Amino acid sequence: MNRIPKKILILGSGGLKIGQAGEFDYSGSQAIKAFKEEGIETVLINPNIATVQTDADMADTVYFQPLTHDVVTRIIEQERPDAIALSFGGQTALNLGLSLNKSGILAKYNVRVLGTPVSVVETTEDRELFKQALTAIGVKTARSQSVYSVEEAVEAAAKIGYPIMMRSGFSLGGMGSGRVANIDTLRRRAGEAFQGAPQILIEEYLAGWKEVEYEVVRDSTGNTITVCNMENFDPMGIHTGESIVVAPSQTLTNAEYHGLREVAIKTIRHLGIIGECNIQYALDPKTSDYRVIEVNARLSRSSALASKATGYPLAFVAAKLMLGRALPEIKNSVTGTTTAFYEPALDYLAVKMPRWDLTKLRTSDRTIGSEMKSVGEVMALGRSFPEALQKAIRMLNTGSSGLTDYPHKFEDPEAETKQATDRRVFAIYELLRRGGSVEDIHGHSGIDPWFLHQLARIHSTEKALSTQPLTPELLLQAKQNGFSDRSIAGLRRSTEDDIRRERLVHQIRPTVKQIDTLAGEFAAETNYLYTTYHGQHDDVTPLDFKPVIVLGSGPYCIGSSVEFDWCAVNVAKTLRGHGRQTIMVNSNPETVSTDFDRSDRLYFEELTLERVRDIADFESGSQIVISVGGQIANNLAVPLARSGYSILGTSAPDIDQAENRQQFSSLLNRLDIDQPAWQEVTTLERAKDFAAEVGYPVLIRPSYVLSGGAMSVVTSEKDLDRYLEQATLLSPDHPVVISQFITNAKELEIDGVADHGEIVVSAISEHIENAGVHSGDATVVLPPQRLYLETIRRAKIITREIIKHLNVTGPFNIQFIAKANELKVIETNVRASRSFPFVSKVTGHNFIQIATEVMLGIYRREAYETLELDYVGVKSPQFSYNRLKGADPVAGVEMASTGEVASLGANLLEAFYASWLSTDQSLKGKHIFVSVPDDHKHKIVEEVARLVGEGWHIYATKGTHDYLDEHGIKSEPLYKLSENKHPTVQDAIAEHKINLMINVPSWTADDRDAYDIRRLAIDNHIPLVTNAEVGAIVLRCLGEVDLSKLPIRSWQDYVRT
Amino acid sequence: MKYPTITSVERKTIGRPAGGDFFVKPGALLLEDGTRFDGFVPEWQDDGIVGEVVFNTGMTGYVETLTDPSYSGQILTFTYPLIGNYGVPDPETWESDRMHLRGVVVSELTTDWSHETGERSLLEWLREQKVPVIAGIDTRALTKKLREHGVMAGTIRSDRSAAKLPAYIAPAIVSISEPRVYNPSGHKTIIAVDCGMKENILRHLVLRGYRVKRVPHDYDYTAEVYDGVLLSNGPGDPTDYAAAIRVLERAMLRDKPIFGICLGSQLMGLAAGAKTYKLLYGHRGHNQPAIRPDGQGFITSQNHGYAIDEATLPEGWEVSFRNLNDNSIEGIRHRTKPFSAVQFHPEAAPGPTDTNWLFEEFGKLV
Repeated sequence: MNRIPKKILILGSGGLKIGQAGEFDYSGSQAIKAFKEEGIETVLINPNIATVQTDADMADTVYFQPLTHDVVTRIIEQERPDAIALSFGGQTALNLGLSLNKSGILAKYNVRVLGTPVSVVETTEDRELFKQALTAIGVKTARSQSVYSVEEAVEAAAKIGYPIMMRSGFSLGGMGSGRVANIDTLRRRAGEAFQGAPQILIEEYLAGWKEVEYEVVRDSTGNTITVCNMENFDPMGIHTGESIVVAPSQTLTNAEYHGLREVAIKTIRHLGIIGECNIQYALDPKTSDYRVIEVNARLSRSSALASKATGYPLAFVAAKLMLGRALPEIKNSVTGTTTAFYEPALDYLAVKMPRWDLTKLRTSDRTIGSEMKSVGEVMALGRSFPEALQKAIRMLNTGSSGLTDYPHKFEDPEAETKQATDRRVFAIYELLRRGGSVEDIHGHSGIDPWFLHQLARIHSTEKALSTQPLTPELLLQAKQNGFSDRSIAGLRRSTEDDIRRERLVHQIRPTVKQIDTLAGEFAAETNYLYTTYHGQHDDVTPLDFKPVIVLGSGPYCIGSSVEFDWCAVNVAKTLRGHGRQTIMVNSNPETVSTDFDRSDRLYFEELTLERVRDIADFESGSQIVISVGGQIANNLAVPLARSGYSILGTSAPDIDQAENRQQFSSLLNRLDIDQPAWQEVTTLERAKDFAAEVGYPVLIRPSYVLSGGAMSVVTSEKDLDRYLEQATLLSPDHPVVISQFITNAKELEIDGVADHGEIVVSAISEHIENAGVHSGDATVVLPPQRLYLETIRRAKIITREIIKHLNVTGPFNIQFIAKANELKVIETNVRASRSFPFVSKVTGHNFIQIATEVMLGIYRREAYETLELDYVGVKSPQFSYNRLKGADPVAGVEMASTGEVASLGANLLEAFYASWLSTDQSLKGKHIFVSVPDDHKHKIVEEVARLVGEGWHIYATKGTHDYLDEHGIKSEPLYKLSENKHPTVQDAIAEHKINLMINVPSWTADDRDAYDIRRLAIDNHIPLVTNAEVGAIVLRCLGEVDLSKLPIRSWQDYVRT
Repeated sequence: MKYPTITSVERKTIGRPAGGDFFVKPGALLLEDGTRFDGFVPEWQDDGIVGEVVFNTGMTGYVETLTDPSYSGQILTFTYPLIGNYGVPDPETWESDRMHLRGVVVSELTTDWSHETGERSLLEWLREQKVPVIAGIDTRALTKKLREHGVMAGTIRSDRSAAKLPAYIAPAIVSISEPRVYNPSGHKTIIAVDCGMKENILRHLVLRGYRVKRVPHDYDYTAEVYDGVLLSNGPGDPTDYAAAIRVLERAMLRDKPIFGICLGSQLMGLAAGAKTYKLLYGHRGHNQPAIRPDGQGFITSQNHGYAIDEATLPEGWEVSFRNLNDNSIEGIRHRTKPFSAVQFHPEAAPGPTDTNWLFEEFGKLV
């Protein structure tokens, strides 16, 4: 059992999706570190190319391959690991491991499962077994029944009584779970759930109970600790991933806290878990009675949060325990003197808030509940709840600098308090402002009055700020209650700068405190820091040797994902490699950059102008890297420079020149570089004139976009009227940018690094999709396979010109549209783009390392090959539509993907196929549904013909069927609901007749039927393609690529790193 | 659900700076080395009470902590910044009938508490108990100070002047004055020597069906009929309990089982002939790792400022638990006789319940 393995296979979690985000890059990276420290060879399978864990200095061998049973089996065959780690790649890895075990693959190749035995995992995953196991030791679980059919579900619900809680077994992030109030809803929801899981659970509904969880660690000798407990602000009924969560618990008495802790330890010992796990409870606030809701026998989002909240390196320790090490043998890496066998004592609190992007995801439903919809999260540390909460609100970067300046209006805040939406905390605050009482709000929401009183405290401070003179005492009180300088300025008709000046005059500044895991009991050399206004002394003195501050990404959201964390981590690595002291600032607990051993100092803090200034003031003489954290960090460049701080890399005015549409456009004009025609308009007439001039369709974007952009493609004057008249979008104060929308054009981009305007490395890649799909949702090919050399040459010349005139020093990205050999520039970013890790790993040249050296002025020129590669890399978007009921799963001008994956292959098809399959697609048969509008039909006809010849069965809607018929291709017609004829597409789906759907919407028609069909595909777990170019290449792959015969090659096999 | 009743004093104080909103007067915690930590104090409390300033790192359980008699003579700093969140429940759940400490230092004291079992706010309770409190203190900075310089005397004042600290007066021993029998129909008799015993020790004994005779710290029980002896926790320097130690020496001539907790373990050590010493800043918290010689570890609740000096442990005795952090003695045991003791609190309350089983072990001997 305790034999140390020689070679460990680690399964990653794939692309970021709702319910499974960047936390598994953190856990996997720590595990690899822990294994390597023991001299063990590591092999990692993870198609998420933007992760730190897939870096060259992490696992010995990396496969950017789909996490499927077949692929993993073949990798096991060729790698012959003697052990496998399943608990670092989320539910994806765990489920995959269970299936490898069940099919006998692990036994066949003698691969031992590390840590918690598979049988134990099965017990925790199977609701019925789980209940039995806990009942056997007198631990209470919710009254429930596992069912395997809709009829059984109906029966069980009748027994338990409505409303009931429906849960889906073997799922991540509570997918398919929810409160069900009546039999009709149950029939529908259960039917859907059985599409994705064999078993569901009907459970007593514990609304209003407190939700509490513990992170538990146990070694193979039986030593068990709880690293952290956490309490949800939102009581039972809201998924913990959707809740505001606070660590440690705030409203639990000693008896409750330690009673639940005792149950946790008893349960985990009884189950026999080895490593890390999470146990969730419902706690009755009236009687202190409890129910165990679930145990996750793996690292989870909660454990990442607990790890960051306490400083206890959970994943690292879990990896060591899997190898048979005992807790008392492992060092506490924070103190350096004590061991891993202790329970962290916090002398601060951590508040986690989820980050949603529901408006961007085009779903009208903003309610939240027992299924996860959030795409990321932030964690704020403070020494009072108001301080931490208001910090967290700022960290979300959704337009509020606190509770008091939420920029949107409420029609009915009470309704949003009762039926929670993604903005419930603001709705509650609005109720308080309107005179609502804590008692009433508690009645509406079930939220413990303690939390509500804390919000009321913020409100009473707001009142004081709006009515009383701003004494130093009041200013300090406001800061202690978490008010930003900007919020205070807003309440006093002052400016952020003036408030800052005022408070510095009175020496009101945040103190810097350490996270030392022991509440100060032992001296700790920890570099993990946060700031608070509840302090009088700093724990540390400023770094003395011109440190470099790196601004991280902030929360994951649509458009800002793990790739920026990769960038930040690699900047820090390069800086430290060159002996520069490095300070990381980030607010996202799901990141590797917030591992405190990745930098010389980690400030777990807001990425706001105010806080970055506070840190830079404290760490005087520092320089700031703003170009690797995505848009949040980039937006701080100009204000920081204006306030006199030193920015590393491209100067702020030059950044502004690229960011500011007007300035950038005139630069292009001066350089005689083409761009799509655009105009900023303030009247409908002007908009119509412009559209008539350039021709429809046109792209419209409000120039002032908070979160949730409202970019839209408008195809006719009628559309334009409708679009601009709704929602008072257009006014002299709110101009709208309207631009030419070029169809049937190719899109390409160049990522690179420049030194004082001179390019030192660059890589050109092309999109599979035609222009019109957001670059973040596009399938990207590197090196380009279908671009004319002339186009490449011209793109390079244009890039050189722009970069020279923007005098870029550091990373950049330029996007082009190519049509009929004409190139137009769409966008230039003088910062690292989301494709940086992709181009770095495909070409084998670390663009971020080069950029960092350039910014430091220590770069030594080298030549890089990025075009003539004898393999191809393809990056595919990962969508999360199955998590968002009702969202239209169509990629468009507004980004909707939550993550990305990439694969390498000997040619385009091989790379594309592996990459596409890596986005959770699996084809279970040879039945394809095709529905493509007229102007795209020619793109797929050849491929369809070939597949039919090879025995595939094609279903098509009327138009597509007729078209295929004309070309002599056999297909079976299916009808739309509106055609009132059978069989409908819906019938075919219900009968499981379709294995792949190619359903391309047209720009012109707003087709309810087509939406229904797409939605059904998602809800029934059928692979769906909504883009004609992607559809064509998928069909080619089906006809030309036999995956089972292709060699499966590692990254290191393709690219020398 | 009960809601907090805001007293008139508290109500008028909304909007005050720093921590608890009701702390109307600027005040300070003054340490004997002249260090001053500024905070805010209620208007009602008396100045001039000097105590030994210590810190506890527990994150919950302030009610149990505040009623633990072992804090007698001390001013207790909570390192966790939010105290009072769930109010104060009825005395049934306390660890003694009142607070024995001389002051409380917090970062933030909440009057807007919330819990079904709560009956009043912590602030009201402190007022009733006449225990001075100061909030708005940078308790982390204070803790670091105590960690580096050791515990020292201090006082809570309702002004911020640089006054001279009055002399520290050690507390009297906390004990009952007359023996008292609990669960008289119990099947075996345990003598519980009360040196400031926490109620939960008693609850554990009664729960297991024993007849418990609780006796004053200096009571001579050696001539009585009993089945076992429990030596309780308690405040201060163990060498101050000379009478108890003398009685214990005699009790150890018999082979009846003896089990000591916290101060009780130090008394057992002293009676066996070992010496004790004062720790620089003590162990007070709920996360102290104690490890058994067989490698099994337990997270324990602790509250002590003294420890047994291992070098002086006489022949015939062995170390049964060690603190994994600093290697200090967490438990001793006689190699042949049924005498054992632990430095931590197996009865928990507050803190983890990992070592409840020690009562079973004791029970087996009895």
